[in-house]
Amino acid sequence: MNKTVTFRIWRGDATGGKFVDYTTEITEGLVVLDVVHKIQAQQANDLAVRWNCKAGKCGSCSAEVNGMPKLMCMTRMDTLDITKPITIEPMRAFPRIRDLATDVSWNFRVKTKIKKFNPRPPDAPDGTWRMMQEDVDRVQEFRKCIECFLCQDVCHVLRDHHKHEEFIGPRFLVYTAALEMHPLDTEDRLPELKQAQGIGFCNITKCCTKVCPEHITITDNAIIPLKERVVDEFYDPFGWLWKKIRPKG
Amino acid sequence: MATNYETHEYDVLVIGAGGAGLRAAIEASAAGVKVGLICKSLLGKAHTVMAEGGMAAAMGNVDDRDSWKVHFADTMRGGQYVNNWRMAELHAKEAPARVHELEAWGAVFDRTKEGKISQRNFGGHRYPRLAHVGDRTGLELIRTLQDHGIHQGITVFMEYTIVSLLKDGDRVVGAFGYDRERGRFRVFKAKAVVVCTGGLGRAYKVTSNSWEGTGDGVSLAYHAGAELLDMEFIQFHPTGMIWPPSVMGILVTESVRGEGGVLRNKDGKRFMYDDIPENYKSQTSTDPEEGWRYTQNDKNAKRPPELLTRDHVARCINREVKAGRGSPHGGVFLDISWIKEKIPNSAEHIKRKLPSMYHQFMQLANLDITKEPMEIGPTTHYAMGGIRVNAETQATNVPGLFAAGECAAGLHGANRLGGNSLSDLIVFGKRAGEYAAKLAKETSAVTVSDAEIESAYKEAVAPFERAAAGTTEGPYQVQYDLQNMMQKNVGIVRLQNEMEEALAGIGKLKARAAKVAVQGHCEYNPGWHTAIDLKHLLTVSEAITLCAMDRKESRGGHFREDFPNKDPEAQKYNSVISKAADGSMKLRREPNPAIREDLKQVIEEMK
Repeated sequence: MNKTVTFRIWRGDATGGKFVDYTTEITEGLVVLDVVHKIQAQQANDLAVRWNCKAGKCGSCSAEVNGMPKLMCMTRMDTLDITKPITIEPMRAFPRIRDLATDVSWNFRVKTKIKKFNPRPPDAPDGTWRMMQEDVDRVQEFRKCIECFLCQDVCHVLRDHHKHEEFIGPRFLVYTAALEMHPLDTEDRLPELKQAQGIGFCNITKCCTKVCPEHITITDNAIIPLKERVVDEFYDPFGWLWKKIRPKG
Repeated sequence: MATNYETHEYDVLVIGAGGAGLRAAIEASAAGVKVGLICKSLLGKAHTVMAEGGMAAAMGNVDDRDSWKVHFADTMRGGQYVNNWRMAELHAKEAPARVHELEAWGAVFDRTKEGKISQRNFGGHRYPRLAHVGDRTGLELIRTLQDHGIHQGITVFMEYTIVSLLKDGDRVVGAFGYDRERGRFRVFKAKAVVVCTGGLGRAYKVTSNSWEGTGDGVSLAYHAGAELLDMEFIQFHPTGMIWPPSVMGILVTESVRGEGGVLRNKDGKRFMYDDIPENYKSQTSTDPEEGWRYTQNDKNAKRPPELLTRDHVARCINREVKAGRGSPHGGVFLDISWIKEKIPNSAEHIKRKLPSMYHQFMQLANLDITKEPMEIGPTTHYAMGGIRVNAETQATNVPGLFAAGECAAGLHGANRLGGNSLSDLIVFGKRAGEYAAKLAKETSAVTVSDAEIESAYKEAVAPFERAAAGTTEGPYQVQYDLQNMMQKNVGIVRLQNEMEEALAGIGKLKARAAKVAVQGHCEYNPGWHTAIDLKHLLTVSEAITLCAMDRKESRGGHFREDFPNKDPEAQKYNSVISKAADGSMKLRREPNPAIREDLKQVIEEMK
């Protein structure tokens, strides 16, 4: 059965904007992105919204639905209270471009600063490696990330305190964890994590874990183990002593 | 005047940043030339992320009987022998090295018990052959290439659209486009251009393709003088979601069947046993028990008929629906939950093997695939046809222009095997990058023409001027009408008179498209983007329809109700489309290249 719904969508650009109400009919089985598209096609041809796969795999359609960071393509209308207007606004942790599209280019710049994968020499004469499934399970969890940047959006260090120059955010802590815990990798990224990448800013409120559409246990499985490694490396006096006196080779 | 536009100069310009584009860019930059890479979306969001099942490479990690010869023969059989045999050979031989290279760049594939890269069964592949990561292999591929590529000195232009290729005489010397965020036009000068723009599924109403799959590259290349090949061959993937309506077309991976999923009609019958094609009889089980053992990697078992090639499975589903034996929403049932009869703790097993399918159905359809069957139906998935390229170099017939990936043609013939696309991207993406870089090194500076840029600019912004002049029809209705018509008239089952109707319809839609108006301005304006895409959609639709009308037989993805059988004579040619001097689209048949004797023997041995 068709129902009427009002979407309160933020319209504007970097200089400012306002919420505009659009009322439309919806049918069974729609997601938020469908309704935004319907409004775009019928009432606001120039409404800016990013999307691609419409199946929760590309991470393009991130926005805040009734104040919650969500993928619009994976938010079913029947999970929302349609008796009240539904607010749709762009992510708040990034500069606005237009309407629902934000400038997420900072994320791409941050990634280039993290040291790339650097594998050990191949294990077999044919140039291949051997890794056991149980040794890659954890890394595979991190590599599920679709780079929707909702974790960055919800992180108060970025969202409220704007520490973009000092803190890389949950997404890139997960990225670093995937590299650091990769069984083949030989690089050391701990000094940067402690300094330029600001892992200490994270006070493990776990908001990032809650909003992750891929259900990556960001805080427990990625950030906390990285914090422990940083602590072991730089703050553990016994560890420090051991490194000084341990037999070489 | 061209001086008004910011101009960027590259040795190699790659248009498209999916698997093929990224791989081409990496290869070209590794050869020491300056590379620019254009993405229509943000980097890493291209449609490659949607590939689920895996990438085919005869590494023999799970079954050591596999070899490049078997992979080659499987690819040719799947393509029904109109493939470019040299591409099929190169692909089968080079895919393993390309997959190992991904591992060296950080990809983390699922493992065998010995710690090697695991490989899974897939339709049309004789042995377990697909390197995979659960059911998100495409994401792993694109992320690996992206994370490797960003350290290679490639300049990436995110959210840019190319509206025209620039030429100097016969030669392609660059491209003209705009950034989608601000609508600012840019000139890209390049000694070599590689088109890697992917698919054209958006010409149809029901498709697994995202908004990006509008056939841009195929159309840009065509209008620049490149020949197109075998455009009639469109793959309709048998299993797309059909309910709820908003998700119609979204892909349900073939791995569901690879892991033991079965197809049933509304009477609960496994209808795939009713029709097993002659050339697959020797490889297909007639006993459900044996089929199940095959999916559990029993080397002595033959595959269940659900894992026959995609074209065949899609048509069987279509037949069941037409005969009134379909599911409530016009498809059939795909059931993986039944394996609870076979293995303990099956719910956990399914979630581990098919995590994103579980997630997709839970989130979008509120359906638990570990407990209930899915409703599925065919969806427009992949274009086997596209830009005609040289097998070795991926060069087109236009000097300076290369193509790779889905927008190029030849490897897959009349029907692509699942898993052969991701391997296609890395094998031929690499080759395209390598030979584009080589050409760039041999080329001195190129020049672009101001007049050509100015005319491309005028064409691009014309919809705004028409709006100012009072025209009211927007681009969306034209796009919907085209999609509906292609779906109905040039879809999974084709008829001469329906296609003639479509061709006439395309003519009318062209006239409407030339008049559409868009309100607003160039800045992030989806209506305007759609208006620009219309030209591409209409170009590829016309090519598909012309080729499909001309091929009076049924083969692979091309099925004609009026000519339901294969014609051995029609196996001997490929359809070639080119742009005539008067601007009209011309079709000719060209004999396919004679296959090398040793490869002919390989095919015979594997029959």
